[in-house]
Amino acid sequence: MNNWRVDGKGRINRDKRVRFTFDGVSYQGYEGDTVASALLANGVHLMGRSFKYHRPRGPVTAGSEEPNALIGTSRSGAGRFEPNTRATVQELYEGLTTVSQNKWPSLNFDVGAVNDKLHKLFAAGFYYKTFMWPKSFWDKVYEPVIRASAGLGVSPTEPDADTYASRYLHTELLIVGAGPAGLAAALTAARNGTDVVLVDENRELGGSLLSEAPSAIDGKNTESWLAAVIAELEACDNVRIMTRATAIGYYHENMVGVAEKLTDHMENPPANAPRERMWRIRAQEVILAQGALERPLVFDGNDRPGVMMAGAAQTYLNRYGVKVGNAAVVVTSHDSAWYAAFDLADAGVKIPAIVDVRTTVNDYLQSEAQKRGISAKVGHSVTSVSGTKRVSGVKVGRISGDQHVTDIISIPCDAVLMSGGWTPSLHLFSHTKGSLHWDEENEVYLPGERTERCHIAGGGRGLWSQQAAFDDGVHAAQQALISLGQNAPGLSVDVDGDRAGSGIVMEELPSNDDKLAGRAFVDFQNDVTAKDIRLAVREGMLSIEHVKRFTTNGMATDQGKMSNMNGLKIAANELGRPTPKVGLTTFRPPYTPTTFGTFAGYHKDELFEVTRKTNIDGWAEENGAVFEPVSLWRRAWYYPKAGEDMHAAVARECRETRASVGMFDASTLGKIEVVGPDAAEFMNRMYTNPWTKLASGRCRYGLLLGEDGFIRDDGVIGRISEDRFHVTTTTGGAARVLTMMEHFLQTEWPDLDVWLTSTTEQWSTIALNGPNARKVLEPFVKGTDLSAEAFPHMALRECTVGSFEARLFRVSFTGELGFEVNVPSEHGRALWEMLYQEGKKYDICVYGTETMHVLRAEKGFIIVGQDTDGTVTPADAGLTWAIGKKKPDFVGKRSLTRPDMLLPKRKQLVGLLTEDPSVVLEEGAQIVETGDTAIPAKMLGHVTSSYWSEVLGRSIAMALIEGGFERNGTSIDIPMPGQTHRATVSGTVFYDPDGDRIKM
Amino acid sequence: MLLIHCPYCKEKLPELEFEYAGQAHIARPENPAEQTDAEWRDYLFIRSNVRGDHAEQWRHSHGCGRYFNALRNTVSDKFIATYEIGQACPTSHAEGEENNEQLES
Repeated sequence: MNNWRVDGKGRINRDKRVRFTFDGVSYQGYEGDTVASALLANGVHLMGRSFKYHRPRGPVTAGSEEPNALIGTSRSGAGRFEPNTRATVQELYEGLTTVSQNKWPSLNFDVGAVNDKLHKLFAAGFYYKTFMWPKSFWDKVYEPVIRASAGLGVSPTEPDADTYASRYLHTELLIVGAGPAGLAAALTAARNGTDVVLVDENRELGGSLLSEAPSAIDGKNTESWLAAVIAELEACDNVRIMTRATAIGYYHENMVGVAEKLTDHMENPPANAPRERMWRIRAQEVILAQGALERPLVFDGNDRPGVMMAGAAQTYLNRYGVKVGNAAVVVTSHDSAWYAAFDLADAGVKIPAIVDVRTTVNDYLQSEAQKRGISAKVGHSVTSVSGTKRVSGVKVGRISGDQHVTDIISIPCDAVLMSGGWTPSLHLFSHTKGSLHWDEENEVYLPGERTERCHIAGGGRGLWSQQAAFDDGVHAAQQALISLGQNAPGLSVDVDGDRAGSGIVMEELPSNDDKLAGRAFVDFQNDVTAKDIRLAVREGMLSIEHVKRFTTNGMATDQGKMSNMNGLKIAANELGRPTPKVGLTTFRPPYTPTTFGTFAGYHKDELFEVTRKTNIDGWAEENGAVFEPVSLWRRAWYYPKAGEDMHAAVARECRETRASVGMFDASTLGKIEVVGPDAAEFMNRMYTNPWTKLASGRCRYGLLLGEDGFIRDDGVIGRISEDRFHVTTTTGGAARVLTMMEHFLQTEWPDLDVWLTSTTEQWSTIALNGPNARKVLEPFVKGTDLSAEAFPHMALRECTVGSFEARLFRVSFTGELGFEVNVPSEHGRALWEMLYQEGKKYDICVYGTETMHVLRAEKGFIIVGQDTDGTVTPADAGLTWAIGKKKPDFVGKRSLTRPDMLLPKRKQLVGLLTEDPSVVLEEGAQIVETGDTAIPAKMLGHVTSSYWSEVLGRSIAMALIEGGFERNGTSIDIPMPGQTHRATVSGTVFYDPDGDRIKM
Repeated sequence: MLLIHCPYCKEKLPELEFEYAGQAHIARPENPAEQTDAEWRDYLFIRSNVRGDHAEQWRHSHGCGRYFNALRNTVSDKFIATYEIGQACPTSHAEGEENNEQLES
């Protein structure tokens, strides 16, 4: 179909052609291609622009470590655009739409590329240095311009339309990576009957076997050996194989997170199929067989499209049947690139030269090169690359004794294949805090001490050759099986014509340029050059952690898979220190970029967080309530009638409740049953109030402090019987209070005979408030006299209300005659409807949380967490009356006499009445002395609660103010944008200060 | 994710079922009223911040609901031992050695 496909090569399905688009142009590839391999097969190397300099870039790898070829992909339907997809990973399917990134107006002509010309301005640390002056330019000029041109790709604008799944899995042995080492380990364990999970990020098993030219394994060619092994593993009941599954993180106790891609490769995914699934795999033993990643060489122009890893070119040839160019110069410091050159040469690609920076290379490689007519330039270096959107040639010269380059010649080419050797892939091992030790001879970090039950096999241990990887995989499996207490028979895999090799690790390649001048890239994705790293060191960055942050080397989405070692080597060279002394940055999960959807799994929308609803919630919904969230509950906020806004509805609810009767769903109140012979003693120790003398059938306001003396919670507490208390807590505090009670009971007072039970969801609680509350309730109550004499304020009865067993409290959070009826929660709505029906005789009003807040504020009742903030003592809140003076101790008592708790200038809770009664202050507004217009003014405190009081015909507020009690009757100011409000400090009880109304 | 052995359930269970509850073996003074301000301050606020083995309370909040003590290494984040409330902190780490060993490579 075009000039870059090689007949007879590759594992693509040549019978199935696939059409796709890139930047609007239609191309053709084959099933089995990636976007990158298909574009390369069409001669397209230019796939994107870089992050900072907008330099033209093409793919530099053929795998998940790709830093350059990041594209946007759109799958069918809205909400399925994804930026920064690696073209080297995205599998091709019919109709796939892809676009390039970081370019404007087009990939071929990009205005932002001017940054490249200005690169001296954008040197390491430019962000910290260049835009310092003038200061006023930052907001208006620098930041908007930088923001507009920075960033990788474009964020999706629509909600993600896909679903994601998650599962747990337990196994004896998890093997990560299905290259030669992983396959050998899997075979060894599978034949032993061990439970094995084998995961690999690719669509098919084989790892580097897929990239190498066919050799002979156990007397078969690679392809048929691989097919036979896969068939054997697939036939084993004890083996689970997962492909397109990336082990992204290695967590405590051998838990490995595996992100499995399920539909991204499909033209027509099954309806409702999850896009990805997160596996949490807990394995008794883990084998990490993730191989090694090839390092780039650092030379001027090493980022030009057409310059790529030698191993990648080999993969494109052997796996995808694509030659990456017609004339490829190879530049290397490792034997492996020679084999890549041979593979390409054998496929008909012209190799004008193999440039090896080492002084000697073994005779076998040299003779193999000679056989193919390849010019082997040992002891040579590449000094520069020509071509902008595609490499057109290289300059090559001999490295002289003083590291200068002489006899420079130009060699035309359309591809440059580089190899700086191989870095063991130890990211997951590092997640476990396993130590790495520096192997001086091979200049490589290798796995050291382990913290988890894991074994590293193959390339991860610095081994380089198929035979070594197979043998090491078998060995690792045997170690794991022994650790599992199983038999550990070995097996042998014999490779014929194994390609062993070695190499050296380089800084920037020798050239005659000033080391601070070239454009030799270390981190392609973040546009960090060797010059940047040397500059960072010269400016005082001594540790690699500093260098990383100053230059951003290794901080891109590829986490420096290709750049870390080169950056380290250059920094060490500039510092004049041994590499291991410069340190190593830490790898953290995820191994490759992972979608938020995969992490979220099922936890989105209504499954993100539970919405708790009372039994009466359905009635509220049917009757037009507007809801608000209160902790996890959804509560009716107000009940607007036709034409009413919130203000009008709340004013009406307040008015009608105080005038006749209002009904409120208080079921969300936290409830704890405290039961046992020592229940009263326990309550005495927990709450500030005295409980011993509280009679059965009575209730009392209870105040709970932390041991630090600050208010934690409050609520009405009823004594049902000698050994039983019905404790109520704030809606949001229920779980916290129970936890605190359990903590004290279990760890400090295990001698107390008390049981605590959360009963919040066992009771529906209906509050009736207002002068007519008794009349509405009375017809339904059996066996109890509700008269003021027989059933006074703060009394409680167990009785029957409307045929339901009930706990009936006479309490009031509004200052009106009030009752709270608790019935088993399933009967809540039934009772609610009965009471509502009866209440119609009295124009009953159903009110929500907003009216509840207003009515309680009119009476100065506090809301813990609104009028208190964790620094408020009972005295600060005017609640000293709630403290049992004769009690020797309760939680927090000792703290109340700590010196700072007694200071007169503490912030104290007071009322505020604005000079202009129509002004409703903003809650949270800061308070200053009158006339204090200094900037900044001294802030005395803040408004905690503020409402329009319908019954008073004016606004009211509560506030925490420094020395607030002393200020009673004086003025303070509340500066707000555009206007400063003045208010008078008052007491907190605004309505019915004598409390006559609750006595009705 | 850590696996934590609940000494009451006698089972090793995922970290998700548990919550941390502060440093262990800090007894509430018998008679707080007799505490000096400094003594009470220390009880309230002063905690060790060890690099190494740390005795702490945990709660099996999504299991049996009970509080227990644990000895955990703050560097390796591994549990050396868990034991019931009221029991002394194990001085010998015999139980923990198996869990906390640095496995040989």
